[in-house]
This record gives sequence, C-alpha cells and structure tokens, in this order.
Amino acid sequence: MRTLTYAEGIREGMRIKMLEDPNVLIFGEDVGQFGGCFGVTAGMVDEFTDKRVIDTPISEGVIIGAAVGAAAAGLKPIAELMFVDFLTVGMDQLVNQAAKMRYMFGGKVSMPMVVRLPSGGGVRAAAQHSQSLEGWLTHVPGLKVIYPSNAADAAGMMLTAIEDDNPVMYLENKSMYAMKGEVPDTIVPIPLGKAAVKREGSQVTVITYGKQVYDALSAAETLSKDGVDVEVIDLRSLYPLDKETIKASVEKTGKVVLVSEEVKRGGFIGEIAAVISEEFFFSLDAPILRVGALNTPIPFSPGLEDYVLPDQLDIVHAIKKIV
Amino acid sequence: MKLSNEKILSMYENMLKIRKFEERAMILFSEGQIPGFVHLYIGEEAVATGACANLNEDDFITSTHRGHGHIVSKGGDLNLMMAELFGKETGYCKGKGGSMHIADATKGILGANGIVGAGHNIAAGAGLSAKYRGTEQVCVCFFGDASTNQSTFHESMNLSSIWKLPVVYVCENNGYGISMSQERQMAVKNISDRATAYNIPGVTVDGNDVFAVYEAVEEAVKRARKQQGPTLVECKTYRHRGHFEGDPTIYRAASELQEWLEKDPVKRMESFLVENKVATLEEIEALINKIETEVSNAVKFAQDSPYPAVEQAVQDIFSDIVEEVKIR
Repeated sequence: MRTLTYAEGIREGMRIKMLEDPNVLIFGEDVGQFGGCFGVTAGMVDEFTDKRVIDTPISEGVIIGAAVGAAAAGLKPIAELMFVDFLTVGMDQLVNQAAKMRYMFGGKVSMPMVVRLPSGGGVRAAAQHSQSLEGWLTHVPGLKVIYPSNAADAAGMMLTAIEDDNPVMYLENKSMYAMKGEVPDTIVPIPLGKAAVKREGSQVTVITYGKQVYDALSAAETLSKDGVDVEVIDLRSLYPLDKETIKASVEKTGKVVLVSEEVKRGGFIGEIAAVISEEFFFSLDAPILRVGALNTPIPFSPGLEDYVLPDQLDIVHAIKKIV
Repeated sequence: MKLSNEKILSMYENMLKIRKFEERAMILFSEGQIPGFVHLYIGEEAVATGACANLNEDDFITSTHRGHGHIVSKGGDLNLMMAELFGKETGYCKGKGGSMHIADATKGILGANGIVGAGHNIAAGAGLSAKYRGTEQVCVCFFGDASTNQSTFHESMNLSSIWKLPVVYVCENNGYGISMSQERQMAVKNISDRATAYNIPGVTVDGNDVFAVYEAVEEAVKRARKQQGPTLVECKTYRHRGHFEGDPTIYRAASELQEWLEKDPVKRMESFLVENKVATLEEIEALINKIETEVSNAVKFAQDSPYPAVEQAVQDIFSDIVEEVKIR
C-alpha cells in the first residue's frame, strides 16, 4: 500500500493507461505546463510530451466535440473540463453527439472517451463553479456516470473508464483533491456498476457517493454513540447502478436515507428513491428520505454556502426521523 | 488539373447516383413509404462529388442533416441507405437513425447529423486523430452556410488552425438557412472571408461546377496531407427543393429557382461530357438507365426488408449494456 491524494489517484490511473496504450491522450484547458486548474495533470506533460497532454483554447464545445471525433476515429481521449459547470457550453456535443452516436448509427461506432468533470461546492466558488450536475448526466441514455470518492477508487475506476468503449463521465469532487488515501501498489481496474459498502450496519442504510460518503460515515459514527447502527453505501457508479447491493441492504435495514450534494429537486437520488420504491417497496418500513442541497444556486459567502450544502448534521437529523 | 475520362465519368456517375436516389426518395416520401422527414440534396450534387473525388477510403467526412449526397460520394451503399430511410432492420443503422443519421465507420463516414454545426467539432477530433497517429488521412467537414453562425464553427476553425489539423472545411452555401436568406443571417457576402479570422486560406468557388469544387478541394487536401493545416472552401450552390420535403418555399422567388435550374450541375456535366467527347448521348442514356436500376433495386431491397424487432430498441445504447425493459 501507498498513500496518495485523490488528485494523485486520478493522475495515477491516467498515467498507467497512457504508459500502456499510445492511443490514450489528454486534452483540456491548461492541462499542460500549468498542470490543470486543480493540479490533477501536474507533471504529465513532462512525462508524456505536449503531443499527448495538450492545452486547448477555452472552447468547451470543441473539447468535448473533438473528443467525440477522436474517439470515433480511433483514439481514446480523456477530455478535462475545468469545472462541471462549463459543461453547459459543450452540452450539445455531449448529449446529442457522444451519447447518441453509437445508438443512432446502429451500434457501429465506438465512443471510448472519458470526460473529467470537477464538481461540487465548498470552495467558495459561487454559483457558476460549484454545481453538482450528475442528475443531468444520468438522465441521458448513452452516458456512463461515475463518481469515485477516494484515491484508490479514483485510480482503479479511471483504468476501467479509459478502457470502456462508451462515453464515461468521470465526476470528481474538487473539495477532495488533497484528501489522502491508501492505494494498492498494483492498481487494478474496478468494474463500473459496483458499489462499495463502506460501513456495515443493521438499522438504516445511507446511500451516497463522492464527498458525502465522508459526511455519512461521520453521521454514522455520531449515531453509533446513541446505539443507532448505520450502513453506508458508496455507489461509486451512478450509471450503471448497482441495484443488487442496494437491494441487499434495503432488505436488511428496511430504512433508507439518500444523500447527495445536488440540489434536491430533480436530483439523481430521486431516481434511486423511485427505483427502491418500485422494486423493493415491500422491504421498506419507513419513508425514503433524501438529503440534498437547498434548491438554490450556490451562494458565495461562506456562511450562506455552508447553509445551502448538506452536511453530516443534516444526515444525522434525517436518520433520526426514521429510526 | 488534368482528369482522365474515366475519372470524369465516375464523377458524373456519382452525381447521377445522388440525383436519382434523391428523386426516388422524394416520391417515396410523398407516398408515405418513408417516415419522418427528408432533406434532399438535389441541386448540390457537384459539391459532395467534387470534394469526395479527392478522398481515399480511409479518409473521414462529417455530414449534415442534408447528408445523402455526402454518404453516396464517400462510397455509401444505396441498398443500406434506402433501407435506413425506410426504418428497416437491414438499413445502415438498423433503422435507429433514419435519413439524418446515416454513418459508415468502415468508410470513414462519421455520420450525417441532425444538429446544425455539430460536425465542425467532430471533424476537428477526426483530424486530431489522423495527425496524432501520424497518418496522411484528412477529414472533409461538410456544412451549410447557416451553420457558420454557430459557435462550433468558430471553435473548430480556431482549433484546427492553431493545431494545423488535416481538416478541409467545405461549406455548401445554398443561400438559405431554412427560410432565412444569407443576407438576412450574416453580414458577409462570401463565407470564405471568415477564414481570415483563423489565418487560413479561404476560397469561394462555383458549387455547381464539379471541376471547380474538385480543384479547390484538391489543393486543400494536399495542404492537409502535408500537415499545413485546414482550408475553408465555400461552394455557392442552391437546393432545388425546400429545406425539407413539404416546405412550401414561400421565402424565395420562383424566378430565383428558375435561374438556378438553368445552372443545374447534373445537366451542366452532361453538356460537358458531350461537348468534350467524353461520352455520347447514348452512353449517357445507358448510364442513367444503369443508375435507375440500381436505385430501383435499393428501393426493392428496402421494401422487402423487415422492420426491426422491438427488442432492438434497447440495444446498441452501450457496447456492453442492454437496457432492461420494465413495466411502464
């Protein structure tokens, strides 16, 4: 084992594939000498040259669009957007092109591309640099959407994402880049669609992903002092979704709290609530509760942002309502 | 430019193929045999023909909603095209794409596209792939005049220029973005002027003259293969039909259409063939009959083919996941 930060885990996954496969390349805004806005690609241009780690103009449309064209024409591009919020500028290229091409063309075009999308709030970046937009992405057939929560998953899932023949949206929570974690000496691919049970418990299941895994674990720790036994599931992959792990846990606990940093209205956790209610309803003995951000843009002022985003206390309160 | 008679005849044959395919599609659509909507390429045949006559099988093209002419010119199979227009299982896309989404990766056809301007950026990506892999492949990006007002045009031209990507931008300026005439939608007369902003060559040619298109694209392809970067070739042309079949074309004068009918690229080519003794009228007649038979065979192939089974609807979304079917 070794210790890497979340950012280093992401980088390590990309490095391994780039060493292995000459058709893997990275492009995005300031990913070269500058090392990416959050330093994730730091040093990679020195190792792989500017032929494979390429700075683009500030043109999100063509960053995603060129990834689509390059993937259709034989490469395995990793496109980095500086913030998931900037996806709006390239949304046609993602939604109408990347996600649709294989299907529209009768399965005859491959689309092996990864789009890295720094997401989430908590860094005082206000309304246009702090959003969590995974619900937009999971809504689109043709996109895989993953959200690793630690360095080991970041590295292992990156290997799988690059190897995948489909567009994979690789979401990263930017408040976690410096977070350290244990990573195996030999990184192996982690299959997409496999959740991880981070804490076993018998009374209530918290299903979450990304940064909120840590909030959920803290909440579970707090509640254990009151004798409440909480299970925490880290989805890791939003689509494909690991229903088996959800089912097993719901059958065990009968109570579910869903947690996400998205604004609550229309967020991806609403979909999970619907799946549980449609498919596992008779295992439930309490209403499914959702903990999300307030339905507001993300405000700048620290006190306001902290108020809007969900935290471990919100999770504690939700759990207390149903146990 | 000195083209062999054989090459000239193959270009004529290609133009005929597009014309006859489109004329038949027009009738089949009006009869209700083709669902959805179709955007016909009639009148613009010289552009796709002249441009693609410069390409190899492993070169790429990106296309538009008015894509049939591009697909034919890049070697598309008429049977598979027609079956796709019918929505049949045997079509290019197994009936999942239709007229606006025909692609053939084996021939470098990266797809017709229903979003105006989407091909620009995809073409830059294909060009990046060619350059990155160190091949001499090029990508011809076909697009209409109106798509040059989309942000993708700017993004793609800028990127291709700074990275010297092997992309040839072929603008089919047919004078209208649906109902809006060029002078109402942009302040330049020649779209090739827009090349100046990217410090790349921009030329305007008569898009109804297949040789003029061929020559301009030949030069552009040479530059691209030599890693000298992109070129913008504007081909001024006209669509004889409306934006889509059923468009009443109230936005343009009958006299304007008449003027362009007199410049019909197919008839013009036929006159050239006879005047220059490349082919006799009899030989032309024989070729027309041959192509009409090919198109008729394609129609029969489409008509005789089955529709896709409903199970097909949940396949091909991903390479490895078949979407589950739930009670709705």
